[in-house]
Amino acid sequence: MASLFSKENRLAFTEPLSLNNPVLIQVLGICSALAVTAKLEPAIVMGLSVTVITAFANVIVSLIRKTIPNRIRIIIQLVVVAALVTIVSMTLKAFAYDVSVQLSVYIGLIITNCILMGRLEAFAMTNGPWQSFLDGVGSGLGYAWILVVVGAVRELFGNGTLLGFNVIPQAAYEAGYVNNGMMTMPAMSMIILGCIVWAHKAYVSKKTK
Amino acid sequence: MEHALSLFIRSIFVDNMIFASFLGMCSYLAVSKNVKTSLGLGIAVTFVLLVTCPVNYLLQTKVLAPGGIFGDMDLTYLSFILFIAVIAGIVQLVEMIVERFSPSLYNALGIFLPLIAVNCAIMGASLFMQQRIDMDPATSSQAISGVGDCFVFALGSGIGWLLAIVGLAAIREKMAYTDVPKSLQGLGITFITVGLMAMAFMCFSGLSL
Repeated sequence: MASLFSKENRLAFTEPLSLNNPVLIQVLGICSALAVTAKLEPAIVMGLSVTVITAFANVIVSLIRKTIPNRIRIIIQLVVVAALVTIVSMTLKAFAYDVSVQLSVYIGLIITNCILMGRLEAFAMTNGPWQSFLDGVGSGLGYAWILVVVGAVRELFGNGTLLGFNVIPQAAYEAGYVNNGMMTMPAMSMIILGCIVWAHKAYVSKKTK
Repeated sequence: MEHALSLFIRSIFVDNMIFASFLGMCSYLAVSKNVKTSLGLGIAVTFVLLVTCPVNYLLQTKVLAPGGIFGDMDLTYLSFILFIAVIAGIVQLVEMIVERFSPSLYNALGIFLPLIAVNCAIMGASLFMQQRIDMDPATSSQAISGVGDCFVFALGSGIGWLLAIVGLAAIREKMAYTDVPKSLQGLGITFITVGLMAMAFMCFSGLSL
């Protein structure tokens, strides 16, 4: 087991963070990415939930991959994911009720998050459990940092707060600074994400040149 | 009747699946390159919504909720697993029926039908429906208080989704001839377009229904 952190394993973890980011490059999982990012806190919770679910769903499917009949694999994967999502949803309701109310249906929608199905189909069905775990954590974190960036920008400019604490000093308001209410509208999350894609693409094409 | 009409208008324009809650985004972005295929996908989504939403409504009220066939037991924690199983099963069934009775429609829909099983809009509609059962129809135009309401809600959401994807496809067809900055091409500009469309749809939220 000396190869626990071999080059390939490290690659499985780091690649989804930037070069092969699930949101920016593969365009997966945008459905739930946008609606929960009006504030930073739900964005962080959502990102962490998706990371945990992707990692464990990857491990479970990878463990049973040799016994799954090919024809019904989609339904089996969906059931594994749905069971994990139910566990996460109940945990959130028990320990972080306010956030779970804010996230409302979007926790349930992790089931149909394309990142999960994409990673299960493309990676876990053909690789071992440990590597699948790393890939799952990497993909989940790649998704989470996008959520956190969008959430931070929207909360900072929309409400002048971060995680509920005032960041913009009172003096700035007295000098005429006004919160941009537009930022709290769902439409802005699309536009911010568009700008992140733009910056990321410019950065990647510069690096590869 | 009045309630049904306002629920219908509301689910097309105000609570539009794409612009208000960002559901079904993955296939929305992937398939909106030309008007014809996007029309096909829109019709398929509407069709599947019309079947799955009422079935899940009956499942929720008659089986899972207390007072159903299991007496006082509250089985709602099973709803994620059951809903997704129903959706995956029905999509499979619809696919077989369409193939048997209307091969031309089957060919037109092509690969989109099986993909719909993991479309967040379908699962999202069922989860929203689950939340809205408890609302009072006298005070909220979002309330769903029977199978009839459920049909109306599903039809409205489906048509709203269809409208959104055909609109985006039409814009993207025109945009092929415009001069977009290099790094912004493709995904980036599409996000920003959707953001602007969502802003336009925000005007409808002023409707009093």
